[in-house]
Amino acid sequence: MLEADNLECVRGERRLFAGLGFKLEAGELLYLQGKNGSGKTSLLRMLIGLLPPETGEIRWKGESIKSDEFRADLCYLGHLNAIKEELTPLENLLASAHLADEALSEDDALDALEQVGLAGREDLACKYLSQGQKRRVALARLVKEKRPLWILDEPFVALDIAAVDWLAGIISGHLQRGGLAVMTTHQLVDIPAGTVRELRLS
Amino acid sequence: MFRIIAAVIGRDLKLAMRRQSDIVSALFFFIIVVSLFPLGIGPEPELLRKLAPGVLWVAALLATMLSLPRMFADDHRDGTLEQLALAPHPLGLVVTGKVIAHWLVSGLPLALIAPVLGIQFDLSTDALVVLTFAILIGTPALSGIGAIGAALTMGLRGGGVLLSLLVLPLYIPVLIFGAGAVDATVSGLGGEGHLSLLAALTFASLGFAPWASAAALKIALE
Repeated sequence: MLEADNLECVRGERRLFAGLGFKLEAGELLYLQGKNGSGKTSLLRMLIGLLPPETGEIRWKGESIKSDEFRADLCYLGHLNAIKEELTPLENLLASAHLADEALSEDDALDALEQVGLAGREDLACKYLSQGQKRRVALARLVKEKRPLWILDEPFVALDIAAVDWLAGIISGHLQRGGLAVMTTHQLVDIPAGTVRELRLS
Repeated sequence: MFRIIAAVIGRDLKLAMRRQSDIVSALFFFIIVVSLFPLGIGPEPELLRKLAPGVLWVAALLATMLSLPRMFADDHRDGTLEQLALAPHPLGLVVTGKVIAHWLVSGLPLALIAPVLGIQFDLSTDALVVLTFAILIGTPALSGIGAIGAALTMGLRGGGVLLSLLVLPLYIPVLIFGAGAVDATVSGLGGEGHLSLLAALTFASLGFAPWASAAALKIALE
């Protein structure tokens, strides 16, 4: 489903990687590993189409990723939370769904917030939440997420142990439904379902 | 297509309402700058009437500039802009929504308060009507052209100064036709021609500017 061929990444004067390729099928998870500055985030940004690769090509379902159809299948969670401090968690969730052209009812959104442990804080502006709680607001998007390709940049950062387990469960549920996921992380978290593959950048 | 534009406008207006100081400070800037002129020049109705269109328009240009640097910068800083760029529709539509929201927040209030300020310059009723109408149809062009500058300078240090250098020269046609419409009305020539050109500028900039801004944003996101 997701194929990368002979990718090369140059940032500034430095070549981060070259000749990189992989193939990911439904139900598979790709773990990107590597030390800081090895190009993990750059590779993720190539996969979502924001950073054009120096050489090589990325295909989704056999087609180039430069199409609106690819982006309709893609859910990206960067290291920034993409939530608005002035809005409440509920408003943030509904706004991000509307802007991505997804139908999300208020009940579903409330349910998602309850699952991430933010029940009772739906109506509090996000600027009053802690770092970990803000991350949970960002992660609440994944609860009702039906798009098949998830690209997650350091999803476990700032989460407590219970939340890490919960997120691992959400990701394995996604893989069981036939979804694909690519993620970077420094903590090795055990994802109970799906085929896990590793790619080490050095 | 209209759904996504409406969603962007709705979100930006909600954010603006939660942060009213931005709207209020631009509006007060406009009011104070315009009101200082009659005080400084003195009570000479003839001279004030001549100065009024230019003063009001220059103040309007500067007031709309105030909030431009934040048009994309906030979304860029918290990662929302990436998500908007990844949404399954063209980024130009998103920018169109942001331009309209910027106008509703920074251009529309100026048009509403302009007739009151025009009285300080002893403008006739006809001239006040034309002035209000000119600001109403001219300021969307300012938001549109400004979006290009805001997108090009996004994420730059000292971007605010660069933004004014980029954008203010491009505002000159709007200034000329906007002030010209009021001048022509005062001198009895009729401002329709100027107003038509102003409307044309607005339509052209609303049509083209969002796509140019979207291209600049994509480069900035790489």
